[in-house]
Amino acid sequence: MNTMSELRERTDICVVGAGHAGCEAALACARLGFETVIFTVSVDSIALMPCNPNIGGTSKGHLVREIDALGGEMGKNIDKTFIQSKMLNRSKGPAVHSLRAQADKAEYSRAMRKVLENQEHLTIKQAEVCELLVEETETKSEDLNRTKKIVGVKTFTGTVYECKAVILCTGTYLKARCLCGEAITYTGPNGLQAANHLTDSLENLGITMRRFKTGTPARMDRRSLDFSKMEEQFGDERIIPFSFSTNPEEVQIDQVSCYLTYTNEKTHDIIRANLDRSPIYAGIIEGTGPRYCPSIEDKVVKFSDKDRHQVFIEPEGLHTNEMYVSGMSSSLPEDVQLAMYRTVPGMENCKIVRNAYAIEYDCIDPKQLYSTLEFKDIEGLFSGGQFNGSSGYEEAAAQGLIAGINASLFLQGREQIVLDRSQAYIGVLIDDLVTKENFEPYRMMTSRAEYRLLLRQDNADLRLRQIGYEVGLVSEEVYQKTLHKKEQIEQEVQRLKNTIVGASGKNQDFLIAHGSAPLKTGVSLAELICRPELTYEMISEIDIERKPLPLEVTEQVEIEVKYEGYIDRQLKQVEHYKKMEKKKIPADLDYNDVGSLRLEARQKLIAHRPVSVGQASRISGVSPADISVLLVYLESYRK
Amino acid sequence: MKTDTIAAIATAISDAGIGIIRVSGDEAVSIVHHIYRDKNQKDVLEHYQSHTIHYGFIITKSGDIIDEVMISVMKAPHSYTMEDTVEINCHGGVLMMKKILMEVIQAGARMAEPGEFTKRAFLNGRIDLSRAEAVMDIIHAKNEFALKTSVQQLKGSVSDKIKTLRDQILYEIAFIESALDDPEHISLDGYEKELSEKTGDIEAELSKLLSSADDGRILKEGIRTVIVGKPNVGKSSLLNLFMGQDRAIVTDIAGTTRDTLEETIRFGDITLNIMDTAGIRDTEDAVEKIGVERAKKMSEEADLILYVIDSSEALDENDEIILKLIEGKKTIILLNKSDLMEVTDKNTVKNFYHKNIDHNGQFTEKDDSISLLRISAKEKEGLDELKALIEDYFFHGKIVSEEELYITNVRHKEAILEALESIRQVKQSLENHMPEDFYSIDLMSAYASLGRILGEEVGEDLVNKIFSEFCMGK
Repeated sequence: MNTMSELRERTDICVVGAGHAGCEAALACARLGFETVIFTVSVDSIALMPCNPNIGGTSKGHLVREIDALGGEMGKNIDKTFIQSKMLNRSKGPAVHSLRAQADKAEYSRAMRKVLENQEHLTIKQAEVCELLVEETETKSEDLNRTKKIVGVKTFTGTVYECKAVILCTGTYLKARCLCGEAITYTGPNGLQAANHLTDSLENLGITMRRFKTGTPARMDRRSLDFSKMEEQFGDERIIPFSFSTNPEEVQIDQVSCYLTYTNEKTHDIIRANLDRSPIYAGIIEGTGPRYCPSIEDKVVKFSDKDRHQVFIEPEGLHTNEMYVSGMSSSLPEDVQLAMYRTVPGMENCKIVRNAYAIEYDCIDPKQLYSTLEFKDIEGLFSGGQFNGSSGYEEAAAQGLIAGINASLFLQGREQIVLDRSQAYIGVLIDDLVTKENFEPYRMMTSRAEYRLLLRQDNADLRLRQIGYEVGLVSEEVYQKTLHKKEQIEQEVQRLKNTIVGASGKNQDFLIAHGSAPLKTGVSLAELICRPELTYEMISEIDIERKPLPLEVTEQVEIEVKYEGYIDRQLKQVEHYKKMEKKKIPADLDYNDVGSLRLEARQKLIAHRPVSVGQASRISGVSPADISVLLVYLESYRK
Repeated sequence: MKTDTIAAIATAISDAGIGIIRVSGDEAVSIVHHIYRDKNQKDVLEHYQSHTIHYGFIITKSGDIIDEVMISVMKAPHSYTMEDTVEINCHGGVLMMKKILMEVIQAGARMAEPGEFTKRAFLNGRIDLSRAEAVMDIIHAKNEFALKTSVQQLKGSVSDKIKTLRDQILYEIAFIESALDDPEHISLDGYEKELSEKTGDIEAELSKLLSSADDGRILKEGIRTVIVGKPNVGKSSLLNLFMGQDRAIVTDIAGTTRDTLEETIRFGDITLNIMDTAGIRDTEDAVEKIGVERAKKMSEEADLILYVIDSSEALDENDEIILKLIEGKKTIILLNKSDLMEVTDKNTVKNFYHKNIDHNGQFTEKDDSISLLRISAKEKEGLDELKALIEDYFFHGKIVSEEELYITNVRHKEAILEALESIRQVKQSLENHMPEDFYSIDLMSAYASLGRILGEEVGEDLVNKIFSEFCMGK
């Protein structure tokens, strides 16, 4: 040990890992003025996309919009580097419209690295962090029941970085191992170096670790594929940018295509015949994989009645021939992979550039975190991304941003932020992670958001800009713009509600022409927009006082008016939900003192230590009666 | 959308002279206002002063009078709960109180949780702190009990029905949601029409459930009991024993009881509505045949079947007919004439049952639906055991406070009503051609409402269903 470096550095915040979570975390800290060091095992892997070549998608697109509204980077970065873009679910309700863009992976990574490199107060350091340094806290703060605080990190070469906060964003690198059939390598994604030391340090600090797994399909050489046997998939004609700050005119680029093809019985036969060589089915893999990204083996076994599965072939970038085979991730051995891929139309002569593989890694049980993403037991220690048991670039970035913001607020001595389930998908994501039992890498889904009519991707700025502004990540100018937009929307909605149109000949003709029932008495323009067959745009014909408004305003007006009944119902539910969230539970509450709690509830509450009665009510095993008992106890405790 | 105003019956649920329905919460006054008219048919409740009492009527939506009542209004904070409270003093019949309570709930209140008035009184500062423990115990005990009885009280068939409906609803939600989450793999083309048919079916089922909801009938009217058995096994003697007098004509000639008799008797704490039937046997006698048909029909409608067997005689093909008749019903098989030589014992019946009816079925001494008991109607032996068995069947071993049983029934009804409203909302959305994601919002509410009846939370049901039923993902 005496040959080790004895260098000691001092900084405010250390971010461990430079993936999507780490980048957002580090940028937030540095932008809020804190000296920040971001560690990565390879500077070339900053913001790496080791799996699918896209950003966004259903509910993930919402996350990117929210990150952007709060002052994060992901939306801006994909707007700079996308090569195809699509608004998914356009035919469905506004709440489930979701933006998804194909990224030029290398460009995405390069562009993000450039942002980091040019960020004031931010230092990039290629090093493996092996140990967290903590001290016993001498004073026990009033609501927190913790005894340790973070004071620094130590790297593999022995250098100590003293700091006041650490954000762990280690992704899939901790004790990573990759499996391709019988072949096992002890590396992180893409053959990058794994981080084999930090886990022990975390366990020594009393942190509970778990092991998860995920996987990725093969990449093909574009020249070996026959696209004439596939269906070409185009991007949208009019491209909508992710970032609220991006000028839409600047993203109307020439797009590249993706291609759709299908597996068939031949493919499935090969898989079935070789299942015994799959590490999952052979029992070699111990980690739990995400149900959302099943391997092709899983799909064939679990949905044996389906005679084909979709396969999307997506370019990895403009300057590479590699094509991503979406829908066919696998951990079968190389020979089986090749045989199976070659049964798919258009892939008969395919050449594999990179094999599909499964990866296992250490992560934590996120129930050890507060909703602020700070560890309950260690002051100043935050975490985000796959380390917290999530899956996906967007989920990672969202947590990284919140962890970065809260580490900064912590150092500023300000109250940390928690987005709740009625404010943002990010709120749902984090609440689910820290409250519920997750047995697989957690993926965001629209069905997880109970108030999704309110949490649309189109209104993320209206929901969250103010919070970003108060934190200090959103500029005054941008904030004022959002306020102005809000005002315009409110005024226009009011005008539509107050403008009454009568049963004049012109109005009746208009309605009949659009297949809508003629009027018997006067109605407001808002009521007309509520009719399924009419839109805000259409009624401009009979709306003589209308002044031109920007599209982003009229879009909101139409949604608010048309879906008012549904939105009002959700708002009422939210009111009820918030009441329970506001009832806080002191961190040092001893559940053994609460009489009449059922044993199961008592154990769960002790294990989770929820911060509010609302959060307690979402823990499985805690019944409404337990909540009533808790409420009564808290009332007497308060007095 | 329910308000957070709660309602429940505040007095004991029995056929007492007067009953009180208590409504508490911000909207207590406006809710009762909608269902109340004074003696001049005016809706004036909102103008009443606090702490006054008034004479008037509770009416239905269509304006029909349900009951004449005295109404007292107590404005916050001068009430038990320290919230606006309205108390409806009505006629004390169980059905009447329940009907009024349902009106209050339909007008926007929700059924109070067990112990909730006390909880609110406490949380609003009405009860002093030294009683916090006691309040928590009350809430705990009442909830445990309510949950238990609520689930137990459901007839197997009803709870199966609700489970099936829930499954159907969850499947539809999972389908919609999987398509929303993975639109490139799962398409909703043409789904509107399909869902429209399915919600139609679900709506019909829920309406049926609602109208047949067990309206506390067993408590109010007693257990509908049918005595069946072959001729001359001692059915009428048993009835007479219950009655304490010779009512039915009893002879030793088979087939004397031609008409079914119906009697309401108090059997300890239990009320039985007993229908004696003509002895069942394959008969050519026209008059007797009618009696047999009626017995069959009555057995179908009965809550409890007492199947009397003459233990001094062997079983025959007529017993086979009867055993088929009682399949799936709550039945107590009485081996009568225990005073005579035993030819047919419990094992004989069991073996006979397995051989002729159900080769695989469960049939134990204390089966879920069938029990065996030896009695002698003549010697008045076995009556106490019979009573214990009936209590076990209907009241889970003890006669519990009628209030609790009653409340759980109203709870079921409230939940079904809510589910029905949600399904109608789905239909409305379908008619307006709303986008598909709007359907699942109300389907989910319906799913949650029905879950409350079974005491089940929603939890991760949806996500699990999505992954188990639909092949998703990249």
